[in-house]
Amino acid sequence: MLKKILKSLNFFEQCRRYNIPLWQCPQFLFLIMGILIIASAISAYVIGNRYINDPLMVAFIVLVFAALLFSIAFIIVRSFEGLAEANRMKSEFISVATHQLRSPLSILKWVIELLMSGKLGKIEEKQIEYFAILRENINKMKELISNLLTISRLEASKLPIKKKYFDIEKLIRDLITEYQSFTAASNVEIFFEAEKSLPQVYSDPLQLKLVIENLLDNAIRYIKRGGKIEIKVKRKNKHIYFSIKDNGVGIPKKDQKYIFRKFFRSENVLRYQTKGAGLGLYISKMILKGLGGKIGFKSKENEGSTFWFILPIKS
Amino acid sequence: MLCTIFLMKTILFIEDESALQKTFSELLHQENYKMISALDGETGLKLAKTKKPDLILLDLILPKLHGFEVLKKLKEDEETKNIPVIVLTNLESINEVDRAVELGATTYLVKAQYSLEEILEKIKETLANH
Repeated sequence: MLKKILKSLNFFEQCRRYNIPLWQCPQFLFLIMGILIIASAISAYVIGNRYINDPLMVAFIVLVFAALLFSIAFIIVRSFEGLAEANRMKSEFISVATHQLRSPLSILKWVIELLMSGKLGKIEEKQIEYFAILRENINKMKELISNLLTISRLEASKLPIKKKYFDIEKLIRDLITEYQSFTAASNVEIFFEAEKSLPQVYSDPLQLKLVIENLLDNAIRYIKRGGKIEIKVKRKNKHIYFSIKDNGVGIPKKDQKYIFRKFFRSENVLRYQTKGAGLGLYISKMILKGLGGKIGFKSKENEGSTFWFILPIKS
Repeated sequence: MLCTIFLMKTILFIEDESALQKTFSELLHQENYKMISALDGETGLKLAKTKKPDLILLDLILPKLHGFEVLKKLKEDEETKNIPVIVLTNLESINEVDRAVELGATTYLVKAQYSLEEILEKIKETLANH
């Protein structure tokens, strides 16, 4: 019985369940409110005592004061509780929905592969075109679902971090090689400069790959008429500093503070018609946060952007 | 005169989605494999024992008996424990992968991450190594 009471009083535990910071958590706020009410009641009494003769009047004023504060507190906390619960349900929903959506998507993907392979019979040129449209859109959906799943896991702190020693220069070089055909098709040149004898980094290479992939992807997509991308990696004391600079369309000043927000896509996007759901940078920021690093950028419209991140060499 | 006995390898596909059964049946037949279908865990186990396939493709979310239970029983039975099992599922948490490997699965493939061609490659590889 005592354990149960103590458990309900441990609001840190309750707050973690909601996945929101302490200052937004209803139980914690309720405690703060309680302390404030007691403090105001006491000060009301002290002040009342100095300026009012009738002690009963003082007591009455204190009670009215306390009751008022308490009702306000109750209303505020209730609304926060609603928000917290909605937030939790949203994360859970995303997790369940993405798993359920993946099954039919896998089936669609494979059926199209079978159709396009010609194994079910010869297909006409025009049919191939339309099958390709199906395939492209299925890939888009697949990517969106993967991103949503990553986000829901990041928010629930359930994305497993598997740390090991790895060579960051090699990771980047391999990635640049992977993107070769894409960069050639987009008429972009990549220049990569890594500081000599960089130490091995102890972190999660898979998650870091996601981040660098996302930054590289953005850099290529937002370069409109042939351009160049400069990637630099160097050591800064106990951190690795990575920067990627492009001479693309840049980010308009008014959009800059929203860049890392979920689903945010700059106005430039509509003008230049790139695809994407606006989740990449949000995920990158969350990943870097989880690995003990930081991410940032500077950008000027029509001149280009430089995105950077720092990562502790050993975390 | 040389007598060549042509042995067609048999693959048992335990999966409740009939669209996948159809797709894989087409794919595997074209590659000269014989495929047996099971739409739930219990049937899968029964067919494994009676038909003795050369390879089993196993989904995890199955009616009647969960994929892990099927895997466990397959490996506990003398008659079926040496048949290689490839787990083919959309579940991808590290716990599930570990559990499958612990229970004796040869390979764990997440459906969303592989193309049909790649899965075919894995099947051929596994059959060649056993």
